[in-house]
Amino acid sequence: MRETPLSNCERRFLLRAVREGKRLDGRQCYDYRNVRISFGPDRGCCVVELGRTRVLGQVSCELVPPKPNRATEGILFFNLELSPMAAPGFEPGRQSELLVKLNRLIERCLRNSKCIDTESLCVVAGEKVWQIRVDLHLLNHDGNIIDAASIAAIVALCHFRRPDVSVQGEEVTVYSPEERDPVPLSIHHMPVCVSFAFFQQGTYLLVDPSEREERVMDGLLVIAMNKHREICTIQSSGGIMLVMDQVLRCSKITAVKVAEITELIQKALENDQKVRKEGGKFGFAESIPNQKITAFKMESAAVDTNNVEEQAEEIITKADPPSEVFATPILHAPGTAQIGEGIGNSWEDLEESEREEEVEEEGESEAATSECQRMETEDTSTISKAKDEPIVLSDSEEEEVVILEPQEVPNKTRTQTTSKQENTSKKTFNKRRRKKRAAR
Amino acid sequence: AAGSGKMAAEAAVGQVVLPGDVLLLPARPDHDAERLPLGPEAAPRGRLLCGPGLRRCAAGLLVTKCGLLRHRQPGGGGGAAAGGAYWVDSQQKRYVPVKGDQVIGIVTARAGDVFRLDVGGSEQASLSYLAFEGATKRNRPNVQVGDLVYGQFLVANKDMEPEMVCMDSSGKASGMGVIGQDGFLFKVSLGLIRKLLAPKCEIIQELSQLYPFELVLGMNGRIWVKAKTVQQTLIIVNILEACEYMTSEQRKQALAKLSGN
Repeated sequence: MRETPLSNCERRFLLRAVREGKRLDGRQCYDYRNVRISFGPDRGCCVVELGRTRVLGQVSCELVPPKPNRATEGILFFNLELSPMAAPGFEPGRQSELLVKLNRLIERCLRNSKCIDTESLCVVAGEKVWQIRVDLHLLNHDGNIIDAASIAAIVALCHFRRPDVSVQGEEVTVYSPEERDPVPLSIHHMPVCVSFAFFQQGTYLLVDPSEREERVMDGLLVIAMNKHREICTIQSSGGIMLVMDQVLRCSKITAVKVAEITELIQKALENDQKVRKEGGKFGFAESIPNQKITAFKMESAAVDTNNVEEQAEEIITKADPPSEVFATPILHAPGTAQIGEGIGNSWEDLEESEREEEVEEEGESEAATSECQRMETEDTSTISKAKDEPIVLSDSEEEEVVILEPQEVPNKTRTQTTSKQENTSKKTFNKRRRKKRAAR
Repeated sequence: AAGSGKMAAEAAVGQVVLPGDVLLLPARPDHDAERLPLGPEAAPRGRLLCGPGLRRCAAGLLVTKCGLLRHRQPGGGGGAAAGGAYWVDSQQKRYVPVKGDQVIGIVTARAGDVFRLDVGGSEQASLSYLAFEGATKRNRPNVQVGDLVYGQFLVANKDMEPEMVCMDSSGKASGMGVIGQDGFLFKVSLGLIRKLLAPKCEIIQELSQLYPFELVLGMNGRIWVKAKTVQQTLIIVNILEACEYMTSEQRKQALAKLSGN
């Protein structure tokens, strides 16, 4: 897919913002985004989130013959992949310039700095050594892939445990995790990359550029350093001319940032170790938070349900107990019959019920359901009728209940089922009661 | 109701439906000639509108997107949806061009008489230079590569490349055209745009009490904001982006803190 083009107004706005010292997410020029490290259930699996940039790192190991010119050293293999999930412009087959540059940078940062002791990975000199493979997958691209990837790589390597091996003469025994506890890799130091974006020929400098800022920057400077203030790798791209004191200033900033990040990494590793030891739950399901989308959420309306219960209680206490059910059908006219007269109106006052209808549906249904439950306890035989009654009144869209005298029904040419007849009879009954009450 | 996937349409309103579910519609009145329906249980008259995320099938409506099923009651007086409308409220970030949608496009190229715009879909849209209000062969609109254009789709289907115009059917601009130079463009999800475009949207009303600003909402998820200073623009951008995941209380708190400063 094609990358979304950058519009002129975005470019202008971003440059203006940089000149004023403002960043899109409100950071200061030297601020990093939030770094979140979460570990998976397997050893050597971690996800690093730098703001919205997410990188997944996975370490695995294998016994292989060593390289001919390095017979006593293990092999380190790094692979960074830009998945199409990360940004629309990334395609799986294409070996883009960015990918090559990032891979080379990771290799220089971690392999050439000798942060992992490769001699300790040797099992039988010249025959078997451990090959440690670090796979990094970019899950979301929001700028500064290299920093997130380098943190993910070193964290995954520190988290990883390789199977224990013992050599007795010619025999090599590789113990499974159940037989002997896996052994950590021997890591001398933790190099971390820090990126600097330059604007306007080096006048303005931003640490940890986001994706928009990366699009409009002039050049990028990456410094990889460990917490002992040793520079492991330094690379400048984009063709900007940098002055010496700019580079020195950047290295001082890097030292501060790397110290913070290393501390964060140590804490994350310790936490995970503690959780695993205590037998608690660990893994991605625990550490990655849920984000709930509120776009379609309807805010619950503020309903005053204080009076509803009291009203409902009142009504129930004043209600007459329901009359008995007549089982024999009463024939009013050919084609229409009535079974029973319907239950007595337990809604004492119809005006009161109309007031209740103004209250939100929730309140009404609460009253109805609570009433239903109470009616059930009173008279079990009339359960279905009790449930029907509140619904009849609330569903009706008509202000006035239509009077359907039993004699009028045959005029309308239709066949009625018994339930419909009961409804109309109930309505008739209610109207009659209303008329009776009005007559009083 | 999760197992079989067939349920009555009315029962499923407000619930989550998954692609492949079949929603059964109530039987039409013509089928039951003996019964004259009376009262509110009458089957809806007029055409039932089948909205986004749904397709007609033999049994009723077939769900093609997952989301919440919504229903609009039959309205008065024979509009397009006189019999009521069903649609699925789904969440997505990738835009698919739809005819009639008003979107913000970025000009990527000028190819002779047309401009090519990126609208976030799979294909770039074409916009003729004559499709602006008051444009003639001599009087061409001033559009450069990289400019933002607010227009609506004239043609948008899966077989052809989408075509856009910057005027309505009577030839008036009605707010469409090239968007000004300043301001900032950013992208949000399509669901948030629909929520912001709803009439009497709370978010927009609360924001307008904060600072005066200009806002253009494109149905393809793009929003253009312009306020007086860079700081104010950034604040509005961040609030709109955060509205996706904030409840209304959190939003009110955030705005109260800002207006207090």
